[in-house]
Amino acid sequence: MTAQLLDWGIILALVVGIALFRSPRRARLGNAVAALALSCAFAFLLARHTLVSLPLVLITAGVGAAVGWIVAVRIPMIQIPGMVGFQNGMGGLAAALVSFVELTRAGGQSAASASGLSAWLGLVVGAATFSGSMVACGKLSNWIRQTPTTLPRHNTILATLAGSVILVIVLATSPADASAVRMFAGTLAVVSIAMGMVFSIRVGGADMPVLISFLNTMSALAAALCGIAIHNRLLVVCGATVAASGSFLTYVMCRAMNRGLAGVFTGIPQQEAIAPATGPTSNAAPAAADTNTASDATTTPAQADAPDPFEQALATIRAAKRVIIVPGYGMALADAQDEVARLAETLAARGANVLFAIHPVAGRMPGHMHVLLAEAEVDYGMIRELKDVNSEFASTDLALVVGACDVVNPAAIDTPNTPISGMPVLCVHEARAVIVCNLDERPGYSGVPNPLYQNAKTILLVGDAKATVARVLDGLG
Amino acid sequence: MADVLVMLVVFVVAFVVGRALILRVPPMLHTPLMSMTNAISAVTIVGALLLFTRTLRPAETLLGVVAIAAAVFNLAGGFVITDRMLGFFRRKGPEAGDLRRPHHTAREQTAPPGPNGSGETA
Repeated sequence: MTAQLLDWGIILALVVGIALFRSPRRARLGNAVAALALSCAFAFLLARHTLVSLPLVLITAGVGAAVGWIVAVRIPMIQIPGMVGFQNGMGGLAAALVSFVELTRAGGQSAASASGLSAWLGLVVGAATFSGSMVACGKLSNWIRQTPTTLPRHNTILATLAGSVILVIVLATSPADASAVRMFAGTLAVVSIAMGMVFSIRVGGADMPVLISFLNTMSALAAALCGIAIHNRLLVVCGATVAASGSFLTYVMCRAMNRGLAGVFTGIPQQEAIAPATGPTSNAAPAAADTNTASDATTTPAQADAPDPFEQALATIRAAKRVIIVPGYGMALADAQDEVARLAETLAARGANVLFAIHPVAGRMPGHMHVLLAEAEVDYGMIRELKDVNSEFASTDLALVVGACDVVNPAAIDTPNTPISGMPVLCVHEARAVIVCNLDERPGYSGVPNPLYQNAKTILLVGDAKATVARVLDGLG
Repeated sequence: MADVLVMLVVFVVAFVVGRALILRVPPMLHTPLMSMTNAISAVTIVGALLLFTRTLRPAETLLGVVAIAAAVFNLAGGFVITDRMLGFFRRKGPEAGDLRRPHHTAREQTAPPGPNGSGETA
């Protein structure tokens, strides 16, 4: 009876922990509460049950905790997305292994029962999430290329793998002897791992926020399935709660890109670059074929720049009283968040009203930009979400875009049939002046050319954003 | 079978409650939320530990040990990273860039305006 009460006590503490996630300070408390709750779960379990190989268990737990702690303390925020992916994978791995052992051990789950089925599913979901998360981690850490890798007959491969999974489960849940069950389980593990990899490899860089949220959900689901299999309430509740969180984030990310889940996972093919001929927001419209030009090239008649664009930009920045800064993944890649933060401070100290406008899918995971800016010591009171800030651009002197392209692309508003059509974007083109600090004039991840670059009020400062912003700071200071 | 049904109901209820809670989390905290929920899903450690309540063959012991290591890594790492991230979020006061405010160091956290702004935090 006390065991039940303890379980519910821990669950209650976890609920409180999540409920506290409203402001950063309270969230920190909530996080500590949740950590304490799970530590208690660990301790209570050790107290309630005698474990075989206890020293081994304790040493492993100690080492795992130490390694986890050290990595967590030392990792730079730039690598957070990769880290989250990796940890997710670890969660999936643990669930898969527990399910596997439960199914194959003597006296473990009867493979043919309802809870046995749960264990099979836990194995599949856990293993697929493990490999899928590792691939995601690789993409997020830039070890694997960011563009979607589509295998020939990708859908067929996935379907075959999924079909095999179902087949094996059906075979396994009919009465089978122990060695057959082991064989089935082993096969299932391998097939699931392959499935996870094939699934993840097709998702491209800008869609990573969706993938990582989805994988978050799946590893939680694996834990819940594991919990159903071993009749453990705590696992089921925790798994369900986290699955709710992950699925909600996945939904938010899809909405923010105006793409369906299926579209993200099947990898919408790169569109041929389309000339923004009819876009009312562009002033000059050369064909978008070759836009990779050097920084001070005068490619468009609308920007007959006799003056150096940098000097122009500096003058505009000096004169601006209301500034909105729009960071994108490019800022993270250029590691420019410190410079951008210092620029915001400098401008604010000079009396300008400075805000940061963050698109929900800027970056590679939900909330990515916020954390980078927070690490750079930006006052989070300056940060605004798209829905709150979009109406402000019209009354803004300067919109400063750093490393963002698709999220500020007006083509999403008026050009149909592109990968980003209908996606809510930040209306920087409504500001009085626009400065873009991007690496080059190439289209963003979606491949859709950005008419913002050709706009008469846009000053384009191409090159490494870190260097560019540092130059601006020098020029101002 | 009935047991499984009960578990499914528990799952659904927990899912609904969880969803209601998550809805209220501001977008700014989505990344720490993901890393914390990641850590929570490492509750699988309980399952891994329970494996060791019965004798295991050597191969199973190995798998169990790996499961424990993975889950604990997730657990410890997840909560610590979340705490680190949350520690970065700071408010410098109602007017960002007010020249009279001293520049805050990385270790200090600003308390919301209170009777004696002591700045102590959790």
